[in-house]
Parts: sequence; C-alpha cells; structure tokens
Amino acid sequence: MANFRTCPDTGFKIDLQADKLIKWNAVTAVVFLLVGGLFGLLVALTRWPAVHLLDADLFYLALTAHGLDVLLVWIIFFEMALLYFTSAILLNSRLAMPKVGWLGYVLMLVGALITNVAVLQGNSTVMFTSYVPLQAEPHFYLGIILFAVGALLGCAVFFGTLYIAKKERTYEGSIPLVTFGAMTAAIIAVFTIATGAVILIPTMLWSMDIGLIDRVDGLVYRIVWWGMGHSSQQINVAAQIACWYAIAAILFGAKPLSEKVSRTAFLMYILFLQLASAHHLLVDPGLSSEYKIFNTSYALYLAVLGSMIHGLTVPGAIEAAQRKKGFNNGLFEWLAKAPWGNPVFSGMALSVVLFGFLGGITGVIMGTEQLNIIMHNTMYVPGHFHGTVVVGTTLAFMAISYWIVPTLWQKEMVMPGLAKWQPYLFGLGMGAAAIFMMGAGTLGVPRRHWDIAFADSAIGHVFPEAANLMMGLAGVSAVVGSLGALIFILNMVGTILWGKAKVPAPASAEPTPAETPSAATSYGGAGTMAVPGTFVLAMVFLTTFVLYYFVNWKYLAGVWGLS
Amino acid sequence: MSIFPAKGVWWNEPVEKSEVLWVSIAFLWAMIMFFMMPYWHFAGEQNLSNEAYKISPDAFVEKTENFAAKYTVREDAATGIPVVAPPAGSDVYIFGRTFEWWPMLELEQDKSYRFHISSADYMHGFSLLPENINLQIIPDYEMVLTITPTSSGEFSIVCNEFCGIGHHNMVGKIFVK
Repeated sequence: MANFRTCPDTGFKIDLQADKLIKWNAVTAVVFLLVGGLFGLLVALTRWPAVHLLDADLFYLALTAHGLDVLLVWIIFFEMALLYFTSAILLNSRLAMPKVGWLGYVLMLVGALITNVAVLQGNSTVMFTSYVPLQAEPHFYLGIILFAVGALLGCAVFFGTLYIAKKERTYEGSIPLVTFGAMTAAIIAVFTIATGAVILIPTMLWSMDIGLIDRVDGLVYRIVWWGMGHSSQQINVAAQIACWYAIAAILFGAKPLSEKVSRTAFLMYILFLQLASAHHLLVDPGLSSEYKIFNTSYALYLAVLGSMIHGLTVPGAIEAAQRKKGFNNGLFEWLAKAPWGNPVFSGMALSVVLFGFLGGITGVIMGTEQLNIIMHNTMYVPGHFHGTVVVGTTLAFMAISYWIVPTLWQKEMVMPGLAKWQPYLFGLGMGAAAIFMMGAGTLGVPRRHWDIAFADSAIGHVFPEAANLMMGLAGVSAVVGSLGALIFILNMVGTILWGKAKVPAPASAEPTPAETPSAATSYGGAGTMAVPGTFVLAMVFLTTFVLYYFVNWKYLAGVWGLS
Repeated sequence: MSIFPAKGVWWNEPVEKSEVLWVSIAFLWAMIMFFMMPYWHFAGEQNLSNEAYKISPDAFVEKTENFAAKYTVREDAATGIPVVAPPAGSDVYIFGRTFEWWPMLELEQDKSYRFHISSADYMHGFSLLPENINLQIIPDYEMVLTITPTSSGEFSIVCNEFCGIGHHNMVGKIFVK
C-alpha cells in the first residue's frame, strides 16, 4: 500500500516512495555535478594557455571523466527525479513499482561508479565518445551499460505511473503539459538507451577480447553511437523545456498559449529530433550528401521548429499571465516586473535566452552540411554544447531545484542571498565561456587538445594571438561559472543537511499553484491574449539567427575549393 | 496551467494570431535553410564529394608510400618526413598515424588535386589551418575529394580527433606555391 503526505505549500498528494526516490536521485545528481564540474574546471584550467595546469595524460583523463560525469550522470540522475516528480506528484498518484525504481537507482549508481573507477585507473582514456579502435577496459563500457539499464527501469516506473494514474483516475482530463514534456523525454530515452545497447554491448565484447567480436567498424560505430549520443541530448532538451513550463506555471500561474501547439512541438521532438544524429557525421567518408541533407534538414529542422515554438510559447505564457495581472504597459512591463531576484525565475529566463542564442543557433549552423566543414571538431563544438547542456539544461535544472528542494524537504534555503546571484554567475560565466570557445573554434583551435603551443612537438602550428586570448578568456569565464556551480551545490547540500524547517506561511508573496486555476478557465490555453512583447523578442532572435547563418556561408565561401 | 491536467477540449481551442504567425515564419526559415544545402552543391565551391572506398590500413599505407616514392622532392629537416610534390591535377595520398600526417605535400596554387585521405590506425581529425577545413578520418575508409588551394604559403594539418596521449603532437604540413 502506498502512503501519502500532503505538501503544505502546494496541496499536492505525495507518495512517500516517490518522495524518497526523487530526493535520492536529485542528491546523487548534485554530487556528480560536483565531481564532473571539478573535472571540468581542471580541463578549463589546462586549456587556459597561461595556466596549463595538468599533464597531458591527466588532462585527457579528466576530459573523459568530465564528459561522462556531467553529460551523462548528473543530467540523467536529475532527469530520473523529474520523471518521478512529473508522474507521481503532478498526477496525485502512487508511484508504480517503487522497488523497480530503487533497483534502477542502484544500477545507475553502481554503473556510474564502475565507469569512474575505470577512467581513474588510467587505461580508459577514450573520451566520452570512446570512438573505436581506441579501446577502454571492459568495465568502462559495462558501467555505462548498467547505468543505462538503470535509467531504462526509471522510465518503466514513469510509464507505469502514468498507467496507474489513468486507471485509478487520479486526475481528470489530459496529463499536464509538463508531464507531457517529461513523457517526451522518457520516450526518447527508451530509443536512446536501445541504440546505446546496440553499440556499447558489442564494443564491450570486443574490448574483452574473448573471440566473440574481433573488430568494430569505425563508421558504423559513429553512426550508431550518435544515435545514442545525440538522442540523449534530446532527452535533455525535452526535460529542460518541461522545467521551463513548470516554472512559468509555478511562479506566474502561466498557462500555455495553446496546449495544442505546445504539445505538438514536443511531439516533433519524438518524430524528428532523434533522427538527426547524422549532423555529427557531415564530414565523414562514406555517407552521401543526399543522406546528410535529408537527415539534417527534414529531420533536424522540423525539430528545430519545435524548439522555436517553445521559445515563443514559454515567455509568451509568462507575458500573458503577467498582463492578466495588470502589468500591461508597453511592450515589456511584464518582463521588467518579473522577479529577477528569484533564482527560480532568473535561472529559467537565462536558460531560455542562452539556450536559444548560444546553443540553438550555433547547433543549427554546425548541423548544416557544408558549414560543418569549417567547424567540425574545433573548439566551436564544445562551445556550442556548453550553450545547450550547461547554460540551457543545467541552468534550467538549477532553477527548478531552487523550488523543488525547499518545497520537497520543507526547509529554508541556507544561502538565500547568494542564491539570488548564482544563476547570473553560473549562466553568464558559462555563457561567456561558450562564446569564447566558439570564437577560438572559428580560428581553428582544435577541441580535445592538450597544447595548442605544440611545445613538445617536432613541428607545430602557430595560432593567431587572438586564439590564445580566446582560450584564456574561456578559462577565466569557466572559473567564474564554476564558482556559480559551487555556490549552487553548497546551497543545495547545505539546505538539505542544515536548513531550518520551513514555517508554513499562510500567505506567500508568489501565488502557489493550488490557488491559481481560478484565475482563468481551468483548461486549455491562455485564450486569445496577445503577446506582442514576446513576439518582438522572437523576431530579434530570428534576425540574429538569419544574419549569423549567412555570415557563416560567407566564411565558408572564402576557404579553398573542395569538391 | 502547465502543471495541472488539461481539461476539456483543449485540442480544439483557437490558436492565438502571434503564435500562428511565428510558427509560419519559423517554418519558412526552416525551408530556406533546407534550400541552402542543395543550392550550395550547384552554386558553391566548397562541397565534399560522396566518393569513398573501404580499404585496409596496410593497403592504403602502401599506396601512399608508392605515391611518395614517385614524387618526393626533399625531406623535412625536423621530422624526416618526405615532402612530396605531385603534378597538378594528379592523385594525392596522405594518411594519419599516431602521431604524424604522412607525407608532407607541396602543391601549386589554383591547381586541383584529387586527395585520398585515410588513417593507418585510429580515427584522426584532418584540420587544415589556418583555412579551417576539417574532415573526419576513419581507418578502413579512403576519403576522396578534390582540393583546390586558392591561397599560398605554409599550411598545417592539426589532428583534432583524440587519437591517444600524444595526439597534440600530431601536425602535418602542406606548402602551396
């Protein structure tokens, strides 16, 4: 029998098993953010030419660990917490198969630890992508496989809970948009993990050298691996956008402009985004232009359309809600009067803007068949994905943590003053790091490279001084961003361990979700409220996108002829 | 609200005008971006060919050595790697191997060469600098494309795919006259 408590802040019925699973997954996530973040800081301090901290072997080791711990472990543990939250709690349901949930948690933790041990032992320095024929120890792959199986079990619990909630009629109507977004993430996760199994299990058998598999084709590896590697970023995008919608609802009582449009945009991710892994292979031998164009345009652009829709509807929903409250002057009063000192809001707002401008635009440009030639494997690539998973996904997860942690644990935050600054410190620091990395990439600075001064090399290449400057500035910015991450981690861990118990406040400054449905009709979109401010912002985004897109074609037109 | 169930016939509600307009504009932009790629195949000078072959690393190394034997003009003083000057318009072979690009090339400006690029061991990244032309080189695959240097001077090939602990020392040279 499931036991419940009632959330004093929101009135939600909380299954105690779900409560515990959310907490353990979230805390574990934050611990791995600390570990992976520290590895990242070491990487940044090594690529900062004036500091050049680590030796080559340790640098490549730290880079491997950094990718695994933040891109995989931190993000997916947090996503498990989100899956349980958006199913059991938002649907007022009991959690399906809590024991399976715990098994999944243990598998993920054990898997993450095994892979970390393998990397730290030093014989598995193969980078996050582990491209064959580079070979890691078998337990490197085993750990990732166990982690993935654990995550798959988490998805099963999520789907089971959706089924139970529907069957036991714990809610009326259709599942909330946020849950729909989480469901999108979970569906893509199943595809992702299946693809990962297809490539990582044979690769593990190959590395065991037991005669079952004696070679893995490099191109096949890249195609299938990116079926996992890219799709897993789509899990992140879906989860992060679900967080945006959730925060808009929690802070502003915002309703989506149109349920229909927002849900269709999520659906586009499922239909198209996970097909788009070929944009990692645009300069590989053996793939035809037709395939590349099909995959990056038909598949990728329709998913990009989905993201552009969310980019309008999330701020649009907030604008509509603010205008209903009376912030109706001019184009931007609704935005100016938003709670910029509340990290839940500022983190989300920065995540929307930075993800769009830094991660989104650059990703589409890099994913253009010919433009990829002048960017592939340069620092532009890590610049781009720090614009997506760091200042997009990670910042969105931080923002929602500022709400989830005090609410679920019923504790006061230990450092509310620092929390106000944290999203700016982290978002702007890492955002600047991403920009400088991309700047270095346009000058040809390679990614995954210990020394662009080529001090140990018989012959070298002299990069323009601007490249060293960019790498230095990227290092400085990454240190600022790391400080922001550290403040977040200390604040979360401190709050959980030593935070004062919350005194139930009868009247909160911000509307709690339970009060707001009466603000308008309880279903559907925001009606026909116009959102001129958001539309203007969207046009600014589009203009930037178009200009920057054609600037890159101009760059391309200047390089040597290739045919 | 996004965190509460959507009730009623939400799928039948009218969509607000600015949203319809934005979706239309975004879709149009996606179509333009789609158009640009095939367009560049006709109008642009920078396209990768679709030509590639499966080949064993040993066979490719042998072909490259035969090519170098024919056209070597000198040896690079620092590395001892041959500098090869193939005739304009001819086939050019080069491979990556931990941790070097072999051989070095001497080419003529504004002449085209049919490049064959592969790897003798791991994956490598062929990053031609300062042009910033980047190709993924995969063992067992021979990538073929025509390259026309449109500027002269000394160019480097930096490896930008991690290929082992000495990866950062992997640099090759192309001299264009």
